Amino acid sequence: MTSMAIPAGMPQYDDVPRFDVAKVRADFPILDREVNGHPLVYLDSANTSHKPRQVLDVLAEHYALHNANVSRSVHTLGTEATEAYEGARAKIAAFINAPSVDEVVFTKNSTEAINIVAYAFSNASLRADGDPRFRLGPGDEIVISEMEHHSNIVPWQLLAERTGATLRWFPVTDQGRLDESGLDDLVTERTKIVSLVHMSNILGTVNATSRITARVREVGALLLLDCSQSVPHLPMDVVDHDADFIVFTGHKMCGPTGIGVLWGRGELLAAMPPVMGGGSMIETVTMGGSTFAAPPARFEAGTPPIAEAVALGAAVDYLTAIGMPAIQWHEKELTAYALDALATVPGLRIFGPTVPVGRGGTISFALGDVHPHDVGQVLDSLGVQVRVGHHCARPVCTRFGVPATTRASFYLYTTTAEIDALVAGLERVRKVFQ
Amino acid sequence: MQLESLYQEIILDHYKHPHGRGLRDAADPAARVGEAHHVNPTCGDEITVRVATDGTVFTDISYDGMGCSISQASASILHELLRGRAASDAAVVHEAFVQLMSGRGQVTPDEDVLGDGVAFAGVARYPARVKCALLSWMAFKDAAARAGVGVSPEVKA
Repeated sequence: MTSMAIPAGMPQYDDVPRFDVAKVRADFPILDREVNGHPLVYLDSANTSHKPRQVLDVLAEHYALHNANVSRSVHTLGTEATEAYEGARAKIAAFINAPSVDEVVFTKNSTEAINIVAYAFSNASLRADGDPRFRLGPGDEIVISEMEHHSNIVPWQLLAERTGATLRWFPVTDQGRLDESGLDDLVTERTKIVSLVHMSNILGTVNATSRITARVREVGALLLLDCSQSVPHLPMDVVDHDADFIVFTGHKMCGPTGIGVLWGRGELLAAMPPVMGGGSMIETVTMGGSTFAAPPARFEAGTPPIAEAVALGAAVDYLTAIGMPAIQWHEKELTAYALDALATVPGLRIFGPTVPVGRGGTISFALGDVHPHDVGQVLDSLGVQVRVGHHCARPVCTRFGVPATTRASFYLYTTTAEIDALVAGLERVRKVFQ
Repeated sequence: MQLESLYQEIILDHYKHPHGRGLRDAADPAARVGEAHHVNPTCGDEITVRVATDGTVFTDISYDGMGCSISQASASILHELLRGRAASDAAVVHEAFVQLMSGRGQVTPDEDVLGDGVAFAGVARYPARVKCALLSWMAFKDAAARAGVGVSPEVKA
């Protein structure tokens, strides 16, 4: 191996942010367990991440010491719970550089967040006084892409059905990149919203959004970014991205299940009609009708997942302390290592970018003609946990002519030794099925 | 986990060398034909099963599909076990197989009834794979019903 000195004054190799992976792993109790007699090798973080003790402790502590309902009690416990809940909102706002705390709406997950926006469109379309930016009808268009998760396809298909609008999409190139060549024909004056995945959960592709954003602004449409796979893994700045909405989910970023986020520009959230009705989202209620609270409360009907929100705040603290740029760099190195290692496996075909540029640490592949279920089963017998199937992105599988893929995905606690275990496991798969 | 209990030689054999694969037209133009297409939505596996019957006997059972070793081997074994059988016999085998797969590994299969199907006893211990094993059997049941022949009581999932 040759080495080369980087000239003085240039960024040096050691300048990149780093953290101690072994120390981080010690924070995650589950990483100590065995699976089928082997040390756990968890390569399914794109599906859900593990939770560090710091988050688990906050979750337990909330119920043990501060449990009460939020936003409705004058008593001490109610005040503590409300402060913790709203404190978590502030942490999340800072984490994504939201201009205002009130732009962070807590949801159940990304799916619910996207559905809130989609239903705000149809509700606005039903009202004569609906904001024109949210009114949809025949002739209007919604634009998504072929690399979306089902959660960013189906809500828009249903919205198109309800309103008569047309759904269109960006294709995907053979390399697994977004095909922007038809951008100007696809995003036009007829487009009301472009809803696009930031990082693909199956191909690993991180989409460069600036050209699309510029076009969206030019035609006066809105832009939603599905950041379910990006917010956990790289620094996110909603101002810098110039999006109108972003959505993400807590359980993929060291937080609990049952809590997600819809971020929207304040003036857009304020223009959106409510979607779910109930307690907490109102201003006044009479038997003749109701008026509604300002965002974010307008979109948080009913008792929210309080402890989960507080624990997500703890997860954000945890990630921030390690540093999102350091996590991003760690995963970039892992991805480069994994792409090289997987290239040594005979008959292995990667779906998505094969270079560690413009992609994250989620790698889908086929191993010869061995079905992914069988690949996953043999790997599981060796303690290696990968996801197999269509990954809720069936159009991507169709695009690449396969019914399913095997997917390995990484996070801050993943090591190169775990990637070695995957590669060794794939050898075993080949032996069983050749 | 004992991988060998799942991937029995018999299963891998049927997977690598499937019996009776490919959809066929009925030899007898007067035969009643039924077809069903089933999908496992969690993994995208698909199978189409076609039966031809004279009303009493399944004169042919043909199939095509794509999927994992378990689902494809299961279809091959289904073909072996039920083709040429009277509907009443087929119902007994079908019920035995469904019972075996629903038994969470607690059911001891009868080789006289299930033949190579006994190899699936190990699969029953893997809840995530039971659906794979049952895919073609459920499609067969629907196809038979469409041909006007009932083969099985309701499945207790």
